[in-house]
Amino acid sequence: MRSVILQTATRLMVGLIMIFAFYLLLRGHHEPGGGFAAALVAGTGFALFAIAEGPAKVRAAVRLRPTLIGMPGLAIAALSGMPAVLAGKPYLTGIWWRLGDAGGGALTIGTPLFFDIGVFLAVLGAILSIILGLEEH
Amino acid sequence: MDGEQAQRDDSDMAASSSAKHGADTARAGLYTAVLPLGLLIGLVYCWPAVAVGEVLRLSWPWIPAIDLHLQFRIDGLALLFGLIVSGAGVMVTLYSAGYMAGHPRTGRYFFFLHGFMLSMMGIVTADNLLLLFVFWEGTTVFSYLLIGFDNESSTARDNARQALLVTGAGGLALLIGILLLKTAGGSYTISQWMADDNGIRAHGLYPFILVMVLLGAFTKSAQFPFHFWLPNAMSAPTPISAFLHAATMVKAGIYLLMRFHPLLGGTTAWMCTLVIVGGITAVWSALQAFGPLDMKRVLAFTTTMALGMMTMFLGGRTAPVLTAAATFLLVHALYKAALFLAVGIIDHEAGTRRLDRLGGLGRAMPLTALAVAAAAFSMAGFPLFFGFIGKEIMYKAALAEDMFPLFATVAAVLANALMVAVAAVVLLKPFAGRRPAALPAVHDPPWTMWLGPVALGLPTIVFGIFPEWVSGQLIEQAVWAFHPAREEVVLKLWHGFNIPLLLSAVTLSLGAVIFGLRHPLGRLMTGIEARLPLSAGGTYDTGLQLFLKSAKATTNKLQNGSLHFYLTIVLLVLVAAVAWPWMQRGVLTIAWPDPADHFSALGVVVVIALGTAVVLVAKNRLMAIGGLGAVGAGVALVFLMFGAPDIALTQLLIETLTLIIVSLVLLRLPPLEAAKKRRTYRRVMDGALALGAGWVMTSLLLGVLQHPLDRSLTAFFAGQSYLAAHGRNIVNVILVDFRALDTFGEITVVVLAAWAGVSLIRKTKEPS
Repeated sequence: MRSVILQTATRLMVGLIMIFAFYLLLRGHHEPGGGFAAALVAGTGFALFAIAEGPAKVRAAVRLRPTLIGMPGLAIAALSGMPAVLAGKPYLTGIWWRLGDAGGGALTIGTPLFFDIGVFLAVLGAILSIILGLEEH
Repeated sequence: MDGEQAQRDDSDMAASSSAKHGADTARAGLYTAVLPLGLLIGLVYCWPAVAVGEVLRLSWPWIPAIDLHLQFRIDGLALLFGLIVSGAGVMVTLYSAGYMAGHPRTGRYFFFLHGFMLSMMGIVTADNLLLLFVFWEGTTVFSYLLIGFDNESSTARDNARQALLVTGAGGLALLIGILLLKTAGGSYTISQWMADDNGIRAHGLYPFILVMVLLGAFTKSAQFPFHFWLPNAMSAPTPISAFLHAATMVKAGIYLLMRFHPLLGGTTAWMCTLVIVGGITAVWSALQAFGPLDMKRVLAFTTTMALGMMTMFLGGRTAPVLTAAATFLLVHALYKAALFLAVGIIDHEAGTRRLDRLGGLGRAMPLTALAVAAAAFSMAGFPLFFGFIGKEIMYKAALAEDMFPLFATVAAVLANALMVAVAAVVLLKPFAGRRPAALPAVHDPPWTMWLGPVALGLPTIVFGIFPEWVSGQLIEQAVWAFHPAREEVVLKLWHGFNIPLLLSAVTLSLGAVIFGLRHPLGRLMTGIEARLPLSAGGTYDTGLQLFLKSAKATTNKLQNGSLHFYLTIVLLVLVAAVAWPWMQRGVLTIAWPDPADHFSALGVVVVIALGTAVVLVAKNRLMAIGGLGAVGAGVALVFLMFGAPDIALTQLLIETLTLIIVSLVLLRLPPLEAAKKRRTYRRVMDGALALGAGWVMTSLLLGVLQHPLDRSLTAFFAGQSYLAAHGRNIVNVILVDFRALDTFGEITVVVLAAWAGVSLIRKTKEPS
């Protein structure tokens, strides 16, 4: 059963949902959000897409197999702990770099950001594989 | 029957060897001989130092907290074993390249083979008991993979599992023994045992340590009553049998007994157990060798016999007795590996290794016949062969045993006489006599395959003529490594006319008689084995079946597939586990909060209650799911009101996703009306349980609130979050920084759970 209303609305919504997920992922360190919440939002977006257009379209849009999203996510999270080891600190200690110091608006980027991206990908891969598996059933 | 099955599988493999494909991987396998060759060269390089009594040590820390260090030590004993392992490793690897050519899984084969060899090298060179245990388990796992290498044959799988269970259980016993040893004041470091006698023998834990260590050694070295797994393990490819069961794996138990000898040996318990168990194993397996027709199985029984002899001699504590064990170790490794490899050649060339189908191959494959002749003469203990030296020292040792010298001597003579007959069978039956018409044309194999038997057969003659050299350069230091008294060790060809020489003559004549009676003896043994009321192998089978049955019964009872049942159990346990101790302690003070303080929350509570009511009365699933959604959203609102926006956000998102997933699953189930037929009293019981669980949780939370909260953690995170971790969102900072390792564990679980879930979904799809 395909609903034209749902399909049209979805086409508008999915992009926004993905942008919102990305926004949640980046803001997580200071405001409510983070990799886990962002993955849930993105997963919900893909679920909506799958309900409206069918799982085949979702697979075509994602291109990668869900496992190939989740596993690299785990790998990124694991690797984000390595800079600390190289610096002689315990594994997964946060290491921070300051980029550009103009007018006090320095951007600090740290390994926890990459860890969070790893969390995002791992959880998103898990959600996608379950939802697509069930939809195709 | 096992033998026939294994026979067919192996000859299938041999038949496919003409196939071109896979030849390249076999050639690559040939080059992997570099690994054992390198180890061999390294050991030979260390040899001169070790031969004059030096001990070479290496050490790196691994896990210092539990006293586990990568400590290695090369002394005489490690050198003797190491030379056997790496030397046989070179031969077996070269041989396998020819034997396995064309097999589709050659890469895996060589990986397992070298993995096994490295584990074995690890055992004999480890200077730390925990490290030794790690390698010990390595040999168990790799031998499991190698015995079950032909994984499409159910016999091979069963035999592999049998070997794994028996030796794995022994490994656990060994670990217990090692830990007890530490408790009793011993050290994990082997080098320290030799330095001082720390009174383990007098300690109250000594009997337990002894039992556990002996269990480990006896299971690995297939001593009675754990002997049954070794002949079955012959379902491995033949070069593997040669390596695992003649030269290395089963010798690990012997190695263990030698290593522990200075620490645990010499007591009455040690001597009685080893002499009796070893003697029984030796004679019983030598007798059994006459039953089967499969040459590999015959050889397997003679291996168990040899292990029994070594165990028996390790029961002594004087230099001649221990020398007998160490010498026979080398004698046996040489002739047995050569014989196994030769059997592999026969099987490969003639397509069978059944004694009744072979004959007259001597002229067609002279090199193989010569190698087998050298090995068989050594096995029978003819003068000028190394086996003779081994046998002479054995008789000298048996007469000098501290415990039961008469029993030891009789057992040694009997077992050796039986060996003479078996050696004659193994040499004469395939190579002499008339050739059966059914046999195909055969010839000697390529050099990689005949090199092994010939290179292993040659030393049996050289060492047999110049035993002084091998005893001075190799055996003496090996014995001294576990014999701190350091009595002189000499092997000689000619000792003069004495009792051992007389016994040797008796052995050869008795062997000739037994050879003449081999057919009735074989029939007798088969008959006896069939009529034994209780056999070790049968006990294993019964035990395994009982275990599997009880596991199945338990699983069917507990995991019966009813979600209702699971939930009932979980909630019952929750209610009982919380309510029972609480009532016992009698501190059930609950202060109801004043509704006026949380007026706005009351509205949310009403929403949640209404949602719950909808779920209960819903006539279809969609309605029920909607009701659940309302409950979840209400809970999220509560979080938001009390200042936890992160948790509220996550709760809301989870709720949404759950709704989607649940509707995908539940809407496919049969209509809800079918479920309504549950009997009234069941519904009442379920309701009571639900109310009970709710009551327990509510009162628990209200009770907790009566106590002041410890806010020191909150203060720490609030203070450090921005300063140490550059983040203002404490929840997220905890997740990705302070407690990142926990989070990593959690996302690993998430990914694996999804993987498992998808497999389950796929599996349910198949029938439809």
